[in-house]
Amino acid sequence: MTNPNNVSLNLSHALEFIDGHALNIPTITLLDQNGNLIDGAHAPELDKDTALRIYDTMRFIRLLDERMQAAQRQGRISFYMQCLGEEAAVTASAAALKDDDMIMAQYREQAALAYRGFTLEQFMNQMFSNEKDLGKGRQMPIHYGSNELNYLTISSPLGTQIPQATGYAYGQKLKHIDAKTGELNSQIDAVTICYFGEGAASEGDFHAGLNMAAVHGSPVIFFARNNGYAISTPADEQFKGDGIAARGVGYGIKTIRVDGGDALAVYAATKLAREIASKNGEPVLIESIAYRLGAHSTSDDPSGYRSKDEEAQFRDNCPIERFKKWLLNQGWLDLSEDDAVKEKLREDILNALKVAEKVAKPPLEDLISDVYDTPIPALQKQYEELKEHILQNPDAYPTTAGRIK
Amino acid sequence: MAKMNMLHAINSALDITMAEHPQACIFGEDVGYFGGVFRATSGLQEKYGKHRVFNTPLTEQGILGFANGLAAFGAPALAEIQFADYIFPAFDQIVNESAKFRYRSGNEFNVGNLTIRTPYGGGIAGGLYHSQSPEAYFAHTPGLKLVVPRNPYQAKGLLRSCIKDDNPVIFFEPKRLYRASVGEVPEDDYSIPLGKAEIVREGKDVTLLAWGAQMEILEQAADKAESAGISCEVIDLRTILPWDVETIAQSVMKTGRLVISHEAPITNGFGAEIAATIQQECFLHLESPILRVCGLDTPYPLALEKEYVPDALKIFAAIKKSVEF
Repeated sequence: MTNPNNVSLNLSHALEFIDGHALNIPTITLLDQNGNLIDGAHAPELDKDTALRIYDTMRFIRLLDERMQAAQRQGRISFYMQCLGEEAAVTASAAALKDDDMIMAQYREQAALAYRGFTLEQFMNQMFSNEKDLGKGRQMPIHYGSNELNYLTISSPLGTQIPQATGYAYGQKLKHIDAKTGELNSQIDAVTICYFGEGAASEGDFHAGLNMAAVHGSPVIFFARNNGYAISTPADEQFKGDGIAARGVGYGIKTIRVDGGDALAVYAATKLAREIASKNGEPVLIESIAYRLGAHSTSDDPSGYRSKDEEAQFRDNCPIERFKKWLLNQGWLDLSEDDAVKEKLREDILNALKVAEKVAKPPLEDLISDVYDTPIPALQKQYEELKEHILQNPDAYPTTAGRIK
Repeated sequence: MAKMNMLHAINSALDITMAEHPQACIFGEDVGYFGGVFRATSGLQEKYGKHRVFNTPLTEQGILGFANGLAAFGAPALAEIQFADYIFPAFDQIVNESAKFRYRSGNEFNVGNLTIRTPYGGGIAGGLYHSQSPEAYFAHTPGLKLVVPRNPYQAKGLLRSCIKDDNPVIFFEPKRLYRASVGEVPEDDYSIPLGKAEIVREGKDVTLLAWGAQMEILEQAADKAESAGISCEVIDLRTILPWDVETIAQSVMKTGRLVISHEAPITNGFGAEIAATIQQECFLHLESPILRVCGLDTPYPLALEKEYVPDALKIFAAIKKSVEF
């Protein structure tokens, strides 16, 4: 029975409050730490090529993260954020999508972008904000974006992409709605995935975005990366209740919680989530439980808020090793080449870094383009004045002075 | 041509847009079947269906977040914020997201399809939270365009331009004039260019500048001045960002005097920006200091609204002060 309040009236006469943890949502896990399928668990359909691509991407991102973390320490780039500990959650979820699906990430999801095909050079160009950076050198390192790869450019303010994902996915759905009947004509061909951390789930945008997605039926997969820490704030100081998953249930959204260290479980859950979103035109929430092994960013020092013992406990549970063992169990991985490939990747990364840091900074025009579709008169005037000033003082502006047309 | 009030004119511009783009969507609080608290969207849900004209939950930041996403997808997103006073929960989505989408992505993505409509201003006994004019907050943000119409004809033509413009635009609708202002409006499509001010009355002694609902007050003041033998050039700025420096500067070079009026509080109001720029452009032509007749630096009051507002009498006093300097 429903009523105008849109709740089912299950009348009771016992005065009992429902406990915040009463849902006790299970965490789906398929693989043990040795890469063996747990008794009673069913592996999803995952072909060898996809499985190896997931593995290659995870390994690449681990190496890239290590190198760029060091590059920041050497003062070669200003900032970096690692995916450390969450490689499986991000890569396997991205692998479960189709290329046309939109990815709206928070900032720590470089593995999803790498899986899509963003090249090593493109990563480097962004981090060195050189003239080949797709973002024209306007944002800090790790704020990647690519229209071609359907990966929305990262924005620093936290959580803003969540209601945007709801709106974007609504557009994807609208293409399939029959104007006369208002029904879905067909399965939705492209959906949106929206990544965010458990800290971002405290922002108003999270609540606004999930509620609107539920009410309007946006085909969006909300992927909450609950990695234990929001910068230095542990999850138990971030929220009460049964994780972020419980909120999905509260908003009337189909919800699942997965072991974010288990690539197979994440892949299976995301595959199913995509099916629900595209078939029914409705949102789905996945909460991934993982552990952020690295610092929040290069500006952070986790030794100030968590113990070495705690870190060691999770360091032993490497998501890449776990998946690697499964691949070996499948007979899909040739270990004899593994170290050589790693070495080659390390070399490629270092070489790409050396090339990107020597590429010129963006030209002066890029300072004023894209504020509007075309520069407004006031801005054009400011630009002319700036150009004149630089031409009069070329030594003070070596990056741009010699290139002014 | 048909006689329309401002709500009809706005409704007509929206109707044309909805017919034009199969994916255009109108959304906001109560805009669905009810047609919005002011009825600007009346009849559109019946015509275009619940999937394209719909109520949202009460979340301004959600509306603008959703709108940014929909516009980034490529669909015309026509978002309504029920009162401009309630746009602030959406401030982050507008100034950090809508305004910077294109710039921060190197034009990989943009939300040029976004138009935000919102009723602003006083004169309806609305008190602190139904009378504000927040344009100056947004005028400080590169990447946005801000437009304010003064009558039904302007409203339809300017709104159509806002929708067609390839940048995010906030269209501030003077709610006091929604029904009070009636005029001849073409039923067919037409548009009025953005970024251009309009000289609505030519004169030689002093330039008067305002926008939106304040234009009516300015004209009343100009009438008083004419009776006193002062010839006023009256200009409607129409677009606050980017604003038409050239038309204002040319007029001031001719008259040598400028009086600016807006409803919002005077300190850091958009009048301050105009005064600074015109002072720079026209310094040697000015016969007297540029004057501003604006709201006081208080929240918009209820009981003493008459005393608070920059009315025609206050503007007339400023005109006299300007010419007698």
